[in-house]
Amino acid sequence: MTQRRPFRTASIAVVWLWLGLFALLPNLGLLLVTFLERGESDFVSLVFTWDNYARLADPVFVRILGESLWLAAASTLVCLLIGYPFAYAVATARRGLRPWLLLLVVIPFWTNSLIRTYALIIILKSQGLASNVLMALGLVSEPVSFMYGEFAVFTGLTYTLLPFMILPLYASIEKLDKRLLDAAKDLGASSLRAFWHVTLPLTLPGIVAGCMLVFLPSLGCFYIPEILGGAKSMLIGNFIKNQFLVARDWPLGAAASTILTVLLVLMIIGYWLSSRRVALRERKGADTGAATAGRTPDATHEDGDGMTHGAHDARGRA
Amino acid sequence: MTLRLRTLRTCLVWLVYAFLYVPILVVIVYSFNDARYTTEWKGFTLKWYSALAANGPLVDAALNSLSVATLAATIATVLGTLAAICIRRYRFPGRKVLHGCIYVLTVSPDIVMGISLLIFFIAMGVQLGFWTLLAAHVTLALPFVTVTVLARLAEFDEQLIEAARDLGASEWRAFRHVLLPLAAPAVAAGWLLSFTLSMDDVLVSFFVTGPTFEVLPLRVYSMVRLGVKPDINALSAVMFTVTIVLVLLAQTLTRTRRK
Repeated sequence: MTQRRPFRTASIAVVWLWLGLFALLPNLGLLLVTFLERGESDFVSLVFTWDNYARLADPVFVRILGESLWLAAASTLVCLLIGYPFAYAVATARRGLRPWLLLLVVIPFWTNSLIRTYALIIILKSQGLASNVLMALGLVSEPVSFMYGEFAVFTGLTYTLLPFMILPLYASIEKLDKRLLDAAKDLGASSLRAFWHVTLPLTLPGIVAGCMLVFLPSLGCFYIPEILGGAKSMLIGNFIKNQFLVARDWPLGAAASTILTVLLVLMIIGYWLSSRRVALRERKGADTGAATAGRTPDATHEDGDGMTHGAHDARGRA
Repeated sequence: MTLRLRTLRTCLVWLVYAFLYVPILVVIVYSFNDARYTTEWKGFTLKWYSALAANGPLVDAALNSLSVATLAATIATVLGTLAAICIRRYRFPGRKVLHGCIYVLTVSPDIVMGISLLIFFIAMGVQLGFWTLLAAHVTLALPFVTVTVLARLAEFDEQLIEAARDLGASEWRAFRHVLLPLAAPAVAAGWLLSFTLSMDDVLVSFFVTGPTFEVLPLRVYSMVRLGVKPDINALSAVMFTVTIVLVLLAQTLTRTRRK
């Protein structure tokens, strides 16, 4: 690099400077605080200790962590079970319809989740919509409230985070080469087998990404339990928040937050592994596909069919 | 696909849309309901909307949010676009790390960003308020801009830039006259998304703003905790409408009829 390129140098410097100052440095600071003692007058005192992590073994925290992981896992699973068939349906809908169907997911995705959580109160509260519907159906005889408790928090997490599951799923299903499914069926695979052996492995990166975008926020987002769960509800996000703003025990809160970071790292590794596998498979698929096409000139029918599909796909993506 | 499967699929799609939209629509309907405490319909009114306009602290918070969101979105868009260009165009040490950083930041939990910035600002002795909030929101939105712009840059021909460079354009001129016009829709969409992110953020703002500078989401948070109120219904309706407009704008920009 002999020539001077001021624009290039300046861009790289500015970007690194910002991220270094406001992303890397704060996170290093957070990590540091987990090893410091709680301060008397200041928030922390500069004494090294492992104690904060040991304090996380406290039964109270373990219960909170267990409850949080359970609720987050349950809502992630339900989001996946609803989101996957839904994303699949949208991704295979008529081409002209797709952007509109997708837009209807993008709007709630960008709507303030506080507002969406609030909207749920109206549905779940005593004499709310859910209770009225159940009464009208004759399933219950008097108004019921679904508010304040595990169920309300679970519904809230599922409701607010569902779009975050659908969007990455949609992206990966839409990218899926539908010809592979045709090939599997041509080779005699049932729909179920084709799904299990072709669709599912190839859309795994989308599944992992979706789970990441639901699971992590459902652990961290403290306002949903606070609004829908009532005073008793305490999840790890609320615990962290309380350590910082109420108990003023920064080191403990920081140590608790590393659990989220560890989970994040694990899920990123999962994502990386699954997308690498897909990339490998695709490359292998392309190679064998080319080889087969070259070797069997009599397979013009299937080939032609595949071409049409391919052209169709390309047009859609362009 | 068999007919039964098709029906099942349509049902599923509509059920999910109902799940996503019914609660919000109910809130909007109630925002026009002339009853303070009951959920019974007592007639049409706009008084909750005028109550909003008369709510001083709320209007102040909204104005604060608007100013932070506008400024944060602008800075995040500049930095995020530069980051996307660096990642796409240049080979430099740490490029992969930067790319990785951007992706990790888009998925990292907001609460962790909130507390890490809180620790950082306090350690630096910075007073929490407008500036800390601005820096936090820029950091929050930046990676989303980069991802949006990168997606757009991936679509066009690298050779255009090379051609401009070959014809003697400086890096800056190539950026200004070739790259930027091509990336413009994504850049604008990035701005809108950053703006929305900043207007909606609760988790980060909660930690990094001080008592002197209240923003809309935090104001809404303290209102919502008190339960259902008709003026919050009206506020929700307004915020929902604004979101729809912004999303539609961003969508139109990113989907400029590519041939």
